[in-house]
Amino acid sequence: MNTSVRHIEADVVIVGAGPAGLAAARAATQSRSVLLLDDNPAAGGQIWRGASERALQSLTRRRETGPLASPRIQRMFGVRIFAGDAARRALRAETATGALQIRYRDLVLATGARELFLPVPGWTLPNVMGAGGLQAMVKGGLPIAGKRIVVAGSGPLLLAVADVLRSKGAKVVAIAEQAPARAVNAFAWSLLQHPAKLLQAAALRTMQWGIPYWTDAWPVACIGNQQLERVMVMRKGRRVELECDYLACGFGLVPNTELAQQMGCAMQGDFVKVNDAQLTSQPHVYCAGEVTGIGGVQKSLDEGGVAGSVLGAAPVTALAALQRSRARWRRFEASLNHAFALRPELSTLADDETIVCRCEDVTWGRIRAHSHWLEAKLHTRCGMGPCQGRICGAALGVMRGKTGWQVESIREPVFPVRAETLAALGARREENS
Amino acid sequence: MTQTAEAIVLGAGIVGTACALELARSGLRVTIVDDGVVGGGATAAGMGHVTVMDDSEPQFALTRYSQQLWHTIRNDAATPLPGEAEWLPCGTIWVAADDDEMAEVHRKHAFYSARAVSTITLDSQQLAQAEPNLRGGLAGGLLVLEDVVIYPPVVAAWMLKQCEMLSAAFVRQRATAFCESGDHAEVTLADGSILSADCVIHATGTWTPLLLPSIPVHPRKGHLLITERYAGFLRHQLVELGYLKSAASAGGDSVAFNAQPRATGQILIGSSRQYGATDSAVEPQMLARMLRRAEEFMPEIGKLQGVRAWTGFRASTPDKLPLIGLAPGYRNVYLATGHEGLGITTATGTAKLIADHILGRTSAIPAAPYQPSRYTPANDNARDGGTA
Ligand SMILES: Cc1cc2nc3c(=O)[nH]c(=O)nc-3n(C[C@H](O)[C@H](O)[C@H](O)COP(=O)(O)OP(=O)(O)OC[C@H]3O[C@@H](n4cnc5c(N)ncnc54)[C@H](O)[C@@H]3O)c2cc1C
Ligand SMILES: Cc1cc2nc3c(=O)[nH]c(=O)nc-3n(C[C@H](O)[C@H](O)[C@H](O)COP(=O)(O)OP(=O)(O)OC[C@H]3O[C@@H](n4cnc5c(N)ncnc54)[C@H](O)[C@@H]3O)c2cc1C
Repeated sequence: MNTSVRHIEADVVIVGAGPAGLAAARAATQSRSVLLLDDNPAAGGQIWRGASERALQSLTRRRETGPLASPRIQRMFGVRIFAGDAARRALRAETATGALQIRYRDLVLATGARELFLPVPGWTLPNVMGAGGLQAMVKGGLPIAGKRIVVAGSGPLLLAVADVLRSKGAKVVAIAEQAPARAVNAFAWSLLQHPAKLLQAAALRTMQWGIPYWTDAWPVACIGNQQLERVMVMRKGRRVELECDYLACGFGLVPNTELAQQMGCAMQGDFVKVNDAQLTSQPHVYCAGEVTGIGGVQKSLDEGGVAGSVLGAAPVTALAALQRSRARWRRFEASLNHAFALRPELSTLADDETIVCRCEDVTWGRIRAHSHWLEAKLHTRCGMGPCQGRICGAALGVMRGKTGWQVESIREPVFPVRAETLAALGARREENS
Repeated sequence: MTQTAEAIVLGAGIVGTACALELARSGLRVTIVDDGVVGGGATAAGMGHVTVMDDSEPQFALTRYSQQLWHTIRNDAATPLPGEAEWLPCGTIWVAADDDEMAEVHRKHAFYSARAVSTITLDSQQLAQAEPNLRGGLAGGLLVLEDVVIYPPVVAAWMLKQCEMLSAAFVRQRATAFCESGDHAEVTLADGSILSADCVIHATGTWTPLLLPSIPVHPRKGHLLITERYAGFLRHQLVELGYLKSAASAGGDSVAFNAQPRATGQILIGSSRQYGATDSAVEPQMLARMLRRAEEFMPEIGKLQGVRAWTGFRASTPDKLPLIGLAPGYRNVYLATGHEGLGITTATGTAKLIADHILGRTSAIPAAPYQPSRYTPANDNARDGGTA
């Protein structure tokens, strides 16, 4: 009952301290004060989680941007934004101990992306993990030396993950990439034109270490008693069983657009629609990074840089240079998405007993009977749990096609929050003094 | 045009599917028409509390009759309710905050005892034992034993499935018009086709005035919040008795403490009542008022994680009783609508009354108080119905 509400008035507020948010903060700080918020305990986002301040400083350097460690950038971590009101230019957030009401002049949403999971028979066995998730756990200290790991799914992320796992002493049994060889080769060719150094390096190292990289290959079943023992992989039309201790699996990324959607930002397909200045359809609300299109770190940095430069009134030349660079990385994004487009066979991996919604234990057999998301949700409880369809909704978009299978309405709170937070924050200000 | 059925039911909410099932079980050929998700209207928004109420004798008669019919459905081994219907025989405790409300507990207890409804009066200590998460110092409560909780959309879908097994047809279309000619009625569908039958039943909830503009049904908005799973946190459906005072503030917005244990272990927290609001958006201030009221009764409820908030619209009538029977001015057109905050409960009784009228059977309770023909603007004194 006694949840304290802190009221904060800020100039530029940035949600998400990943590459896009950090780049936006640095650029905006040239002439504005910045409040940078993230629900994680530290800056870095998905890819630079746990990186040192110095590393972040050099990783986010763009053209003529300001310092990252600036008194004009205030950072708050462990802050989860669960609702925004574009008309009143306000955000509502929860921390471990209290509630925040934040007013902004301008807002940048750089909320990033999460992994796409596709339900495969047996995928709920212990030790079947998201590729990025396992990578994060390993970086966080999970010992994996000597463990046999199959990395499977799609996209260049698999290479980066395999590289990290191997460097920590794991034995990567194989990388199973669902895309066909021809598409992957074309992408590799475009990598030469787009110096995505990290990716190139990871690809090179996996090659050097002789990790088998299979194209036209994807997991069709996870097998084991108490935990994962084997993965069945479909490779060029034939089933191959691989013994392993872990499966690190990811079929690409799904943008975290919920907050932008709840605030009324118009969408373009799966992503938030932005103009040349990264401004959304809502006044004073900008979006940058994976929320506007899955394109990797460089695109995220450039988009953040553009948004921050617009807000920070950077010199026209600097802005134009960032916009040119952004255009290049957006072309890279397009070739990436083309090369790693998911094949139709992946929509039929689950069998009737395979659980699709893990929050509510709903199987594919039960969901299959319904013609669209809302009906499936109301009649089977799929998507009604704490994740609110973030995981199963994205999977069903692949399994059933997007039409009719989009999570039907995004409402506040966009994340689970304590009832007392909602009780305290909805109150009029004078009632909270 | 085709003579498709003996009865056409418009609307596949809990009321429409219950009516269709009763008619199909009585041997009629039934067609059900709805373009939305089965049970996707108010039926998907409500709390699913099947409860006896006594704001008036007619309200008591219908809710009690309906509650018993729900138990009959539950106990019918030939057609068992699916587990997903989440039948939870948790009972209701009407919570009394002070001595005034305790007097109301005693009045209710006497009223129910005289009518063979099993209730138990709880003093302050017994209440605390029954629901340890309630704050201390409450005066007591009344436990109504036979009240239950269900998950309405699944029950509506189950009822529709039972109908289809009895050869009823389900047409996924919106009805755009209807008319009466001679001894039958016709319904025009959005695709231009026409259905004909001996009678038509409008079970279209808050949408009723779209096809019948003179019917006095108005939307009344409510907010709810569902939490993550906290098995054992709550054991009974709890409703504050003071709700009678707060909800009686006719016209104004009101909130009341209403907390429900779900079979999943989740807690569903209600509820608010607003007139005039037509936008389904969650209003942070209304939600906050409602949750602060809940915290006044259950301080620990604030610590629970809320996973989703939503709103729904109750189909309210000026005198707070539903409209069940022939539509004024028609001979083959029926209304089964206006159930406000009690339509889950009273769907079963409504279905019996409708089928009784159509088939010329004698009803188990007097049908007169719910007749749509009762409505004239002069009777327009507001009183509240429903618990949620
Ligand atoms: C699991 C995972 C692993 C990855 N691993 C690699 C890799 O090894 N190599 C590689 O090249 N790329 C990797 N990527 C891709 C890479 O992370 C992205 O290209 C890049 O980080 C995108 O930057 P961003 O700023 O758009 O988003 P992110 O880095 O995702 O940052 C968004 C931040 O916003 C926070 N946030 C989101 N919503 C809220 C909210 N409502 N309130 C408060 N905070 C919020 C998030 O917690 C996060 O810290 C990975 C992606 C994922 C999802
Ligand atoms: C917040 C809240 C809490 C509640 N809690 C409870 C409770 O605890 N206990 C209780 O008993 N009641 C409760 N109620 C009330 C209960 O939910 C409703 O009274 C009940 O669901 C009404 O059912 P219905 O079938 O009449 O309407 P609906 O479920 O709304 O169904 C009407 C159907 O008609 C269809 N339709 C409309 N027009 C047409 C057309 N032209 N052609 C074809 N189809 C059409 C719609 O698509 C819809 O499916 C609550 C309500 C709310 C809002």
